[in-house]
Amino acid sequence: MSVVFFVLTAMTLAGALAAVLLKNLVHCALSLTVAFAGLALLFLELDAQFVAFVQILVYVGAVAILVVFAILLTRSAETPKAGGVFSRTWLAGLSVAAAVFAVLGWAVLESTPWLPQTTEAPAADVGQIGEALMSRYVLPLEIVALLLTAALIGAVIVAMHEKDGAQ
Amino acid sequence: MLEKADQVFVLLLHWLVGYLPAAWRPASGVLLCVVAIIAVYPTLFALAVLLERKGLGRMQNRYGPNRVGPFGILQPVADGIKSLTKEDIVPFNADALVHFIAPLMLVVAVFMGFAVLPMGRNMVLVDLDASLLFFFAMGASTELSVFMAGWSSRNKYSLLGAMRAVAQMISYEVPLLLSTVGVVMITGSLSLVDIVDAQNRYTWGLAHWNVFKPWGLAGFAMFVIASMAETNRSPFDLPEGESEIVAGYFTEYSGFKFALFFLGEYVGMFGIAGLGTSLFLGGWSSPLAVLSWVPSWIWFFSKVMVWICFFIWVRGTMPRLRQDQLMNFAWKFVLPMTLLNLLVAAEWRFVADMWLRWIAGMVIVVGAYVLMGRVGMRREHFGPRTYRYAE
Repeated sequence: MSVVFFVLTAMTLAGALAAVLLKNLVHCALSLTVAFAGLALLFLELDAQFVAFVQILVYVGAVAILVVFAILLTRSAETPKAGGVFSRTWLAGLSVAAAVFAVLGWAVLESTPWLPQTTEAPAADVGQIGEALMSRYVLPLEIVALLLTAALIGAVIVAMHEKDGAQ
Repeated sequence: MLEKADQVFVLLLHWLVGYLPAAWRPASGVLLCVVAIIAVYPTLFALAVLLERKGLGRMQNRYGPNRVGPFGILQPVADGIKSLTKEDIVPFNADALVHFIAPLMLVVAVFMGFAVLPMGRNMVLVDLDASLLFFFAMGASTELSVFMAGWSSRNKYSLLGAMRAVAQMISYEVPLLLSTVGVVMITGSLSLVDIVDAQNRYTWGLAHWNVFKPWGLAGFAMFVIASMAETNRSPFDLPEGESEIVAGYFTEYSGFKFALFFLGEYVGMFGIAGLGTSLFLGGWSSPLAVLSWVPSWIWFFSKVMVWICFFIWVRGTMPRLRQDQLMNFAWKFVLPMTLLNLLVAAEWRFVADMWLRWIAGMVIVVGAYVLMGRVGMRREHFGPRTYRYAE
């Protein structure tokens, strides 16, 4: 629990809050990116280099761009003045979110004693991650690859179909 | 003596840091390296801009800048003073905060990449385990700043330019990443220092650069194409096509903010040239064993400058692509070639016989190139060329 940790946590939380509360959708997307970047820095602070760089590459580099594109291609970035950013059923949403958070928190707190108590931080460099992916976890990796390929082909087919309909 | 010339910057750093108390040494060493990087690359940027204007001028049968100083060599200084003293105009409707942050974010992200580039023997700021991934992560964050610049200007040309830029950078990031995977497969490391070390060996006096192998040559060609597109250089300069959308995403920037975009673009070019040099052209190692006495940093920077000259040459000679040509080229030619190249790299890794792997690798690479070129060009019909002169 160092100063860096608190600064990064504050940055991540502020980004996440701004993403929910700001009026302009593009501003929301950009603040969400700040939250992503903060998360990546938190990973770095935990010495998880690989995860941190992949977080930046995938979330800041691709997901944020995707969000921004979706906003620009669908509708105007301004939210309507009348309703504001809060929906009418905010109480129900809040209680569901709180319940999920409580369950997750309970799970994390309960599982702590079962972890082996080690004094030195576990080192996970890229080589070890690669070897684990290629030996022990090779089946899940292949299944995910297949799933993603299917999703890619599906997306292309959906896009092509729309083009035919327009003609 | 030659040893000292090779390590002159490392020795200088140790000598300077030696004057400080022991507790400050690590932090001040890092700080000095950062200052050196921030000082060297903008200087190179000034040189490259002058070289580009002069070179383009010569290619277009004109002189280029020749008024400031002897042969116009002080032109970058004049340009710098001009951009510093110009009025900084922010459009009335612009999103002031995002408009302000965008150029800063671009320059910061671009400079971060240099932290992991080995610029000479023992000359790397941080030797990360996954430095290649770090470089690409930083490169990916420039896309967002381009979008921020275009969107916050509230100008249709800017927004169009930003959308073009982002679409282009995303499409070419995939082949850029995949073209480097072959190198990682063969070297077995994501660290640029290890990759350069692996190429710094000699057989019959010739270096083991990755570009001299079939998978390396194909990967190198794909990397050069994708890097030109990533840095929005001509012939891939649709995002700032002057004849169509004024200047693209930085239309509404003036004064120093415009200079920052200009700097970011060129420094990004140096970064990607340095990365390509480290991956395929042996980084700081010399091509021939007999030339190993030349200091390593001279090799690195001269390779980067040759790369920049190549970019200038291409810019002077190639017409701009159309949007559909750009996308078709990325997804239907460059991407399949990079994927096939992974197969060639795997073949190279696992076939032990020297001659067999050379022949098999060359056959796959050349065969795929010819086949895909033929299939891709089959639909195009080229009639005899006709010329119409202005009357």
